[in-house]
Amino acid sequence: MSEKKYSKKHEWIMLDGDSATVGISKHATEMLGDIVFVELPEKGKSLNKEEKAAVVESTKAASDVYTPVSGEIMETNQPIVDDPSNVNKDPENNGWFFKIKIKDKSELDSLMSQPDYEKFVKDNPN
Amino acid sequence: MEKTALYNFHKNSGARFVPFAGYEMPIQYKDGIVKEHINTRQSAGFFDVSHMGQFFVYGGREIELSLEKIIPLDFKEIKLNQSKYSFLINDEGGVIDDLIITRVENGFNIILNAACKDNDIKEITKCLNSESKYELRKDLSLIALQGPKSETILETIIKGVKELKFMNGNYFEFLDKKIYITRSGYTGEDGFEISVPNSIVENLIKLLTDKNAKPIGLGARDTLRLEAGLCLYGHELNQKINPIQANLKWAISKKRRETGGFKGWENIKKDLQNGVSKIRVGIKPAGKIIAREGTKIYSNTGQEIGVITSGTYGPSVNSPVAMGYVKSKFSEIDNKILIEVRGKRHEGTISKLPFYKKSYVK
Repeated sequence: MSEKKYSKKHEWIMLDGDSATVGISKHATEMLGDIVFVELPEKGKSLNKEEKAAVVESTKAASDVYTPVSGEIMETNQPIVDDPSNVNKDPENNGWFFKIKIKDKSELDSLMSQPDYEKFVKDNPN
Repeated sequence: MEKTALYNFHKNSGARFVPFAGYEMPIQYKDGIVKEHINTRQSAGFFDVSHMGQFFVYGGREIELSLEKIIPLDFKEIKLNQSKYSFLINDEGGVIDDLIITRVENGFNIILNAACKDNDIKEITKCLNSESKYELRKDLSLIALQGPKSETILETIIKGVKELKFMNGNYFEFLDKKIYITRSGYTGEDGFEISVPNSIVENLIKLLTDKNAKPIGLGARDTLRLEAGLCLYGHELNQKINPIQANLKWAISKKRRETGGFKGWENIKKDLQNGVSKIRVGIKPAGKIIAREGTKIYSNTGQEIGVITSGTYGPSVNSPVAMGYVKSKFSEIDNKILIEVRGKRHEGTISKLPFYKKSYVK
């Protein structure tokens, strides 16, 4: 396992060999509030970096979730579709969204480390 | 941006603020919308609704006749301390605002939506004759205490409130001041709306929180009223929708439905006699899909038949809920429809309202 990285759009990504697991940050879930609906991408779908990959809805509004890297969707986390509150309960672990086969590992270089992301959140509170 | 007298209380309670009708209002507190919603249904929650207008008109029969031009109620039938839900009507029969009006000593108290209140007051005072006295009470806060434990909690603070019947009010003593309380609300729960001077509203809130009533934000207020099938101005109601289309015929007094005599009567009479072309309905999307305001509605053969005006997840019914307008011939309960969300059509059903059964004290 390698270091967890974060995007400016509040996704986290954890690399494991040629694939990576993606979810939304704890900060994102706190901003969204109670998540009541999740729509995940279809398996096998190819997506480009920063393309819309999933949708989360709180009681208030719908938000898009983007993929921080390009690649092909390998697996999605059905338990967060069946019970969306699983995202709020454990956003950066059991509340993961999808696994993606990474096309170009160099895309990870532009993402933030955890301390950098924390600073980013502090500087951009909304 | 205006602030209510409870701004600091909200801030200290971990509120997240949003601009709403020119006020900085709490959308939620630390617990979040779902917990706040459930807490109101199962126990008791209080809402700061001080942004709403508390407008008073004073006078005798002459002001009743003036108000009857713009509010379709039979004012003779409203007893002292009785509240009625109704509207301000425009020349075309459209809704300028929805409101609660209560007969008080020497006149009427009208509760107006925050976003509409300035215009409402213009429209109301246009109908009054020049000697009529009126005032917008900015010195008063308005607190809605809602939920099954409201009565027990408020009775320990203010003796006698338990005697109030639904949609009735009276004066009570609180900290040596005379305050007006009605048994009403907008959540589908039993509860009270307490009009209290800004100078002592924090004292009231302290006592409510001591009794374990929780502060509830605008977010849960919206999910609660939607589950209860209640309209929100600017969504289900606006100047281009009349009360018959909004399925709120009951909020026009029977006598006024027969004899008219208020603004927009010609249009309303036509809709009463011939039926409406579109009508407000409840909609239950299938599965978990949430249909937000603006979502298009189609018949199951693909014809566009209407639009969603409010939609969210209903925490107490544990499913998505929505309201909207459809062409009348598709408005039958249990009728299957399609709703288009993010370019895909999903199944839904016309549902009876409310989604969540009310428990008012009669």
